[in-house]
Formats: sequence, C-alpha cells, structure tokens
Amino acid sequence: MADILVVVEHQEGAFRKTTLSTISAAKVLAGLIGGEVDALVLGQGVRSVADTVAAHGVRGVLLGEGEVFARYLAVSYAPVVAQLVNEKGYGAVLAPASTFGKDFMPRLSGLLDAPLASDIVGFAKEGNSLRVQRPMYAGNAVATVELVGSPLLFTVRQTAFDPAPKADAKAPVTPVSVTADPGGTTFVGREETRSERPELTDARVVVSAGRGIKSPENFKLVEQLADLFQAAIGASRAAVDAGWAPNDWQVGQTGKIVAPELYFALGISGAIQHLAGMKDSKVIVAINKDEEAPIFQVADYGLVADLFKAVPDLIAELKKLKSA
Amino acid sequence: MKILVAIKPVPNPDERVKIRKDGSGVVLDNIKMVINPFCEIAVEEALRIREKRGGEVVILTIGPKESEQQVRTALAMGADRAILVETTKELDSLGVAKLMAKAVEQEKPDFVIMGKQAVDDDNNQVGQILAAILSQPQATFGSKIEFSEDGKKANVTREVDGGLETIGVTLPAVITTDLRLNEPRYASLPGIMKAKKKEMKVIPADSLGVDASLKVRVLFLAPPKERAGGRKVADVAELVDKLKNEAKVL
Ligand SMILES: Cc1cc2nc3c(=O)[nH]c(=O)nc-3n(C[C@H](O)[C@H](O)[C@H](O)COP(=O)(O)OP(=O)(O)OC[C@H]3O[C@@H](n4cnc5c(N)ncnc54)[C@H](O)[C@@H]3O)c2cc1C
Ligand SMILES: Nc1ncnc2c1ncn2[C@@H]1O[C@H](COP(=O)(O)O)[C@@H](O)[C@H]1O
Repeated sequence: MADILVVVEHQEGAFRKTTLSTISAAKVLAGLIGGEVDALVLGQGVRSVADTVAAHGVRGVLLGEGEVFARYLAVSYAPVVAQLVNEKGYGAVLAPASTFGKDFMPRLSGLLDAPLASDIVGFAKEGNSLRVQRPMYAGNAVATVELVGSPLLFTVRQTAFDPAPKADAKAPVTPVSVTADPGGTTFVGREETRSERPELTDARVVVSAGRGIKSPENFKLVEQLADLFQAAIGASRAAVDAGWAPNDWQVGQTGKIVAPELYFALGISGAIQHLAGMKDSKVIVAINKDEEAPIFQVADYGLVADLFKAVPDLIAELKKLKSA
Repeated sequence: MKILVAIKPVPNPDERVKIRKDGSGVVLDNIKMVINPFCEIAVEEALRIREKRGGEVVILTIGPKESEQQVRTALAMGADRAILVETTKELDSLGVAKLMAKAVEQEKPDFVIMGKQAVDDDNNQVGQILAAILSQPQATFGSKIEFSEDGKKANVTREVDGGLETIGVTLPAVITTDLRLNEPRYASLPGIMKAKKKEMKVIPADSLGVDASLKVRVLFLAPPKERAGGRKVADVAELVDKLKNEAKVL
C-alpha cells in the first residue's frame, strides 16, 4: 500500500498543533486504505519542529531545510511536495485546513492534477472504496464525497480529529535535499496578532463577542471574562469588520472553526455563518438582549439580558466561586 | 489594466438551505441565486482598480445558461463585458480551473481576481488551482491590494491565521479575495439599463477541448447533527449554577 504524507504547519519554527489533528486523520486513513504515515517539515532552522512531530507517532519525518523556505510561500511549498510525492510514491497527502493548508494544497492539486477534498471531518469505507465527509453550505449539509485519481489530497478540519498523542518511540528524522524557486513571489512582511492567550482553535474555553459589544474598549469586559478561564477570544464578522477585533479572531464559515468545551457568545445574533464556526462546541452559552436571536436555538444556556449588566455580574459570581 | 473576474452564482447565503429527501442535493426552489459574496468583492475591487488605472473588467463564469442573471448583475455594477463558458455538467474545482485556464489563455488579462471561497461548496480551491495550471503567482485571502507604479507588480495583504501577511507578486497572477477587501457597491438603475447592452460571449465548454471529468464526486448530502439547544436560564445565578452542577465546566 502506498504511504501517506502529512505536511507539517509551523510559524517560522514555532510548531502549530493543527498538525496533530492532521496526523490523527492520516492514521484513520491508513487504517482504512493501508500504508504508513510520514511527516514533512519544510523551513529554515526547523529541526526542533521535526523533533516534535517525530514524537507523535509517525513512521518518519522528512526534513527539508533551506533559505528559500525561511518564509512560507505556496509557490515554493507546492512544487516541493509534488516532487516528493512523485519520488516516493505517496498515495495521499494531508495538511491542516488552516490558512496554511488552504493556501498551498489546492496549488498542489493543480500541479498534480489530483483530487482534493477540503476541510474534511471524517473517513469511512464502503466495500473497497473510500468515502470522505466534509461540510458544505456553511455546515448545513455534510457531503459524502469520493475521490478519483491519485494521490488523494485532503485538508483536515482540526476540530474533527483529536490531536495525535505522544508515542513511546521517536521516529527518525531524515533530511531531504529540496529546493524551490518562488519566481515572481516575495515575502514582504507580517503583522502578527500577539497574544498571551491560547490559540482560538486549541482553547478549552472561547469567549466571543459581536456587534452587541459596541466598541473596542468594551472588549475589556470580554478579556476579564476570558481571563477567568484562560480562554481565547473570538469575534463575529461584524465585530471584525468594525475594526474592534483582529481578522484572525473571526469565528465562522469563513473564519476559524472552533469546538471548545465551553463557548460564550456575547452580543452575537447567531447568523448561519457564525454558527458554522462554533456549533460543535460542547457547551454553548449565549447572552443577548433579543430573546428571538437565533443564537438561542443552539445555546445550551441562553440568558436574555443586557450584556453590559450580565457579564460584570457573571464575572463577579465566577470570582466568588473561585475564592470559595 | 485588463482584469478578469471569475464569479459563481450561489444560493442566497442568508437563507438556510434544505437538503433533498434523497440526499441528492439541496432544494433550490424559492431560493434566490446571487453572486457569491466573495466574488462580489472581487468585482468591486476590479472596478475600483479600473477607476484608478483605467482598463477593462471582464466577467467570467462557468456553468449553465441561468448564470447569465448573476453575470448581468456584475455588468450592472460596472463591468465592461462578460464570458459565459456554458455547461450543464457537474464540475469539480479542477474542472472549473481547467476551463478557466482556457479563457485566461484567450484573454491574457493582467491578472485574475476571484473569491477565496464559494459559500455553497465551501471548497476554497479554484483560484489556487488555476494559478498552478497557469504557472502564475497566487495571492489568496487578500484584504488589500496595491500596485507598483508601472502596474507590473502587486503587494497583497492576506488574512492568515496569525494576523496579516503581505506578499508581492509579479503579474500576471491570481488573487483571491477576503471579506475585508472592500464593500461592494449596488448595481444602480442606469447601470442595470446599460448592462443589457453589454457584450456577453457564450462559449460552449465542450468546444474548449478540456477533460473536466469529475475527480471529486459528491455522492450524497446529509443534514448535520442537530444540537439540543434552546434552553434559557433566568439570571446569572442560574447560569453559574448550571455551568457548575449540570454541565460541570467550571
Ligand atoms: C460571505 C459571508 C461570510 C461570512 N462569514 C462570517 C463568519 O465567518 N463569521 C461570522 O461571525 N459572520 C460571518 N458572516 C456575517 C454574518 O452573516 C453576520 O452578519 C454576522 O455574524 C453578524 O454578527 P453579529 O452577530 O455580531 O451582529 P448582529 O447580527 O448585528 O447581532 C448583534 C447582536 O447583539 C445583540 N445585542 C446588542 N446589544 C446588546 C446588549 N447590550 N446586550 C446583549 N446583546 C446585545 C443584538 O440583540 C443582536 O442579536 C458572513 C457573511 C457573509 C455574507
Ligand atoms: N463555476 C464557476 N465559475 C466561475 N468562477 C468560479 C466557479 N466556481 C468557482 N469559481 C471561483 O472560484 C472561487 C472559489 O471557489 P471554490 O474553490 O469553489 O470555493 C469562487 O469565489 C469563484 O470566484
């Protein structure tokens, strides 16, 4: 059976946990179609990323280093992955359905003329054929799709697969000699959203606010609530569009998909596109002054109230509970 | 600049689509088809660039004859002319991109701009695949586009997971749009009148000599798991009690 390759995501040397769910998905796939799971790390000075991945139950890690990979660019990633797939005969390639995977995996699909299923949430087998599940229509439908051709390409929804745990044995890390020519593409710069908080997609608790929060200053209130849980902060599109929150806080169909243990929706109406990003959370709390707001249909605990009154009360109650 | 804008008609995203009983697709009766919101942003951006730098905005869509309606809307917004690559066949992203590539080869635009994602299939693939087929640079999830004086290069700011990133691409290139790029205009009444007279070239997809056989086949659709939500609490005290003693998340 042909083997499976996972392309590892990192932020210039900082490992991203998105990859761990992708490894899990690759293992589920291996269980169904056979083969072993390898990982590929591309970058510059990223040996530590390779070592981290090697400890999470893959057969081997391919490490491709070079100045040209110091900054991630789809134009340099896609051809290298294509080259390795051709040389080593991988039957499937998986990457996280983050902005990283969404950017270069379709380019890989175009280079290899190979089928790509985006944002997959499950695999199954029927007879001899592989069935893949993926959401469509803002999560209002789950499609079962079949891929024709080879290699099979997937981007994996992080929330749909548990992170691959640490394994007993460490996989060998093998350097591969690869290079790329980004041609007419250059990296110009990055404006990072810095935060001491956990990443939205990894956090146990997410506190999100929408247009109801009314001003950027009022996000202080959101932060105070988030602090009590070491939570990540999210936002609706309306709050991001208004410039009250950075773009990478947007939760939803076209932003980030989260599924924490506990999700707070503060002053968010619950549009289809927002629900698409959070309705798989374990427990959903909604605070909204409009009792008709659609967010209440998915909330486990809905509180019809003015958030500027309810949230400070909630913070006070939680503090009392903590000190008790 | 000559700008090619790819647009896709989708069911109105503000309505919740229903799945057909047999799972073969969604029920589209009574649902209005609109230009995919990300494509609308692409049209708007192209118009603004033309207003600033001059040139031509050409709309491209691939699909059935009925797509004409949404194409007319894009023309009414101000685009100059349109190409409809007509087919009733089901297509996947590779098929769409291969057909598009033919149109690009014919038109030779300075760049192609399109939505990052169609909100029906939620694939987020076509722009990147097209860029690969054309061996051109790609800049996805654009929230700001700036051209060099000579119009040979563009700096595109991209919405990525860690924040914002800017890359420079030499034209011709493929750019895909994110939500914050702009706010699309509405078609004006005079715009709608003018649109009726604008050129719309219809090219039968079969005439392009492209093998667009499906590599990703949707077998059936099913509804997602329903949540048992909908419960209300009376006040903050009850909320805290429920979170602690019932949900056990505190
Ligand atoms: C192509 C496309 C993609 C999209 N992608 C996304 C996406 O990824 N994520 C996303 O979130 N949206 C997305 N949207 C936008 C989505 O359709 C909604 O417009 C958006 O989610 C609304 O944000 P909101 O709930 O904050 O604002 P609103 O809908 O305006 O709701 C504000 C809510 O706050 C409540 N409120 C006001 N004041 C108070 C108060 N004092 N106390 C308590 N409650 C109060 C109001 O009752 C109201 O329910 C997308 C839309 C399109 C077309
Ligand atoms: N049939 C089509 N005709 C024209 N453009 C399309 C078509 N399908 C997809 N696109 C473009 O590709 C973008 C991304 O679509 P997708 O990869 O399907 O999510 C869309 O926003 C459109 O701009």
